[in-house]
Amino acid sequence: MKRLSGICIITASVGFAGIACTSSAPSAPVSTAAPAAAATDADKQWTMPNKNPSATRYSAVSEINTENVKNLKVAWSFSTGVLRGHEGEPLVVGTTMYLATPFPNIVYALDLSKEGAPIKWKYQPKQDAAVIPIACCDTVNRGVTYANGKIFLNQLDTNTVALDAETGKELWKVKQGDYKQGQTVTSAPMVVKDKVISGISGGEFGVRGFVTANDINTGKQIWRMYSTGPEAEVGFAGSVETWKGEEWKRGGGTTWGWYSYDPELDLMYYGTGNPGSWNPDQRPGDNKYSMTIFARNPDTGKAAWAYQKTPHDAWDYDGINENVLVDVNVNGQMRKVLVNFDRNGFSYMLDRKTGELLQANPFVHVNWAKGVDLKTGKPIEDPEKRTSATKNTKDICPSAMGGKNQQPVSYSPRTGFFYVPTNNLCMDYEGVQVKYQAGQPYVGAIVVSKPGPGGNRGEFIAWDPSAGKKVWGIKEQLSAWGGALSTAGDVVFYGTMEGWLKAVNAKTGDVLWKFKTPSGIIGNPMTYVGPDGKQYVAVLSGIGGWSGIGVAADMSLEDPTAGLGAIGAFKDLAAFSNQGGVLTVFSLP
Amino acid sequence: MKILVRRVYRTRPALQLLVCITLACPEIVFGQAKPLRVCSDPENMPFSNQKLEGFENRIASLIAKDMGTTVSYIWWGQRRGFIRNTMNATLQEGRCDVVIGVPEGYDLVSTTPPYYRSTYVFVYPKGKGLAVKSLDDPALKKLKIGVHLLGDDYTNPPPVHELSKRGVVDNVVGFSTFYSAENPPSAIIDAVASGKINLAIVWGPIAGYYAARQRVPLELVPVPSAPGDLPFAFNISMGVKKGDEALKARIENVRRQRSAEITAILKEYGVPLMDAGRTHAK
Repeated sequence: MKRLSGICIITASVGFAGIACTSSAPSAPVSTAAPAAAATDADKQWTMPNKNPSATRYSAVSEINTENVKNLKVAWSFSTGVLRGHEGEPLVVGTTMYLATPFPNIVYALDLSKEGAPIKWKYQPKQDAAVIPIACCDTVNRGVTYANGKIFLNQLDTNTVALDAETGKELWKVKQGDYKQGQTVTSAPMVVKDKVISGISGGEFGVRGFVTANDINTGKQIWRMYSTGPEAEVGFAGSVETWKGEEWKRGGGTTWGWYSYDPELDLMYYGTGNPGSWNPDQRPGDNKYSMTIFARNPDTGKAAWAYQKTPHDAWDYDGINENVLVDVNVNGQMRKVLVNFDRNGFSYMLDRKTGELLQANPFVHVNWAKGVDLKTGKPIEDPEKRTSATKNTKDICPSAMGGKNQQPVSYSPRTGFFYVPTNNLCMDYEGVQVKYQAGQPYVGAIVVSKPGPGGNRGEFIAWDPSAGKKVWGIKEQLSAWGGALSTAGDVVFYGTMEGWLKAVNAKTGDVLWKFKTPSGIIGNPMTYVGPDGKQYVAVLSGIGGWSGIGVAADMSLEDPTAGLGAIGAFKDLAAFSNQGGVLTVFSLP
Repeated sequence: MKILVRRVYRTRPALQLLVCITLACPEIVFGQAKPLRVCSDPENMPFSNQKLEGFENRIASLIAKDMGTTVSYIWWGQRRGFIRNTMNATLQEGRCDVVIGVPEGYDLVSTTPPYYRSTYVFVYPKGKGLAVKSLDDPALKKLKIGVHLLGDDYTNPPPVHELSKRGVVDNVVGFSTFYSAENPPSAIIDAVASGKINLAIVWGPIAGYYAARQRVPLELVPVPSAPGDLPFAFNISMGVKKGDEALKARIENVRRQRSAEITAILKEYGVPLMDAGRTHAK
């Protein structure tokens, strides 16, 4: 045990890092069966990216409610000094707020106990200046995590760093990959017991995905498991035989999403991305374990089960979205399940102990598959919608950007609903357009994203997992690319690409309040109780990356900012939003 | 238009100083014309590198010299995001004026008339019994074939698609284009020379340059397009930012006057030229 900031006790607990201000017990894993109890002191903080190991992004704090949320005002704001897209969210541990920026991955500690939250410390990693020009693609960072008096950061150049939470001093640093081979890291790490878990990005460059566990105190690597390859390296059998020859060696299946953990079953969950580097014709087979939900033992890395959502991907339905752990009523029986809203447009519900598929319903307009066979777990594909380099495939829904991208959902145990920011986008794989990479010209099928049915590009929806149905939806002109937050005040928050932070009635979907932040929001709102006892809501704004602008501009994924002026939709966005990272923090007057 | 361009690039020192005091433009060196800002890959021979050894570096210098200025480089890997992060960068300091090599009609930029045309080629050892001249050669089903991998989905060189169309899949080996000291651009040609693979299908400029540097004599045979195939030969142009027609005209003017020297540079680097680069150039 160690004292921090005078009022908070940090416990390196068995399940996960629990933090208790005063003397109450560390927060229990989310229990979603019963209505939430009053907020504990641990609830008042936000110590890991998705709030808790179950990844529900639900806060039991309730000062801000459906009645008073209309009075929400800006309490203070903070410029991150970085222009690129700001995904992720800040953390609050005790009286300190921590946040990480996109490359160069600066970490700020802000002192919430002082007026205006001045900078307590700032950590600026020394990354090779070549990392961006060489490794570039997306330079986002989805935030830091906290455990045992340490802040953990994954840098774009693949270094995992442990910082002293009190001083910002670098405690250890471990390189996970080589950006010169296309490997980068954009995802937030997650601490499970005494290990910090990190993923890897770069599937589009043929990187073979892996997950690494390092000792939180020393940085020593405990295990590393790959998504593709022999059983000894994957921790699960059945991958190699789904590839031709040795192509699993550049098989993709990167691991750039969110992680969750069930302490009772002692299993951690995450998704793997698309198969890498070859067009589908060039990699016959299911390409396991790309596009897969893995359940792994956090001590050994061995997998208990693996479920592949999109076998032999031909659409870039990069299956890394978060797996939320909840207990829900399925056909009259309470089940321990995992719910995943996949890029491919299906909402999957699996028994999180066994991996048994219980439900797979479309949560957006889907036409590439008619459904999912619950017995085999395989999608029932429409062959007309399978893409090929030599034919034009029109009107595939959802688009490569997914029915939902990386923006995490929230689950409120009070309503029993998931809150899901979705994209309403379809695509054409069409035409031939000359392109150029590494000095080599080629003629590529171009991916054109376009609005789905109804013309709106996004919708923020409430989803009833038991029924497997949408309850209500708020149509958004642009894709809903920011994450969701639900609270015990029955208010749900989410941000839009134009920059609005919206507060919504969790039961009805009525918009109760909104505020226009300085830039488009692709980050995730979070909430905490400050040292003054008031509830605050914080969100990063800062549009960027191909994600934001690509959707808005309705252009190919290749280079969405080309021909800016010509695109009406982008003109709209430009009128609303400009680049620049700003944290805005709100409270009641 | 010409006068305007000249003003931009040959502002008199006194006026320049005045402009810089007001607008703070650090890239303008007192007493010199504004440098020609070129976006280039830091590690991609034979095209370019930071030591300025590539043929695109040589061509850039030639053009800049005739424009009465020097080259200033913006380095960025030539892959997804290249134009977005260089020519179209958010910040003025990050932007460049010209990319020396892009395919004609590359729609992220405005392209000049093409100044050379090259092709994907088969590369295999000379005099070892191989005589592959077409993708329909049945030998391709058995040989170990190397190709470059550019990205996922359909982001790959045309021969990769045409091989898979013909059912040639199992015996194809991918070579990463993430170049570094451990994985130099020469790797695919080295593999042919050392016998690790029997044959490679490589974009002409890369094949020509590295084949000439092998001890083993290598054959370079253009890949012909059968009816219905993707094209394997491409015209290469220079690219400027869309709308920068004045600069494009100025560059093209210089390029035309120096056409013979540019072709000589390409030949020096072993670039396989189709129609000697003249067919489409005006």
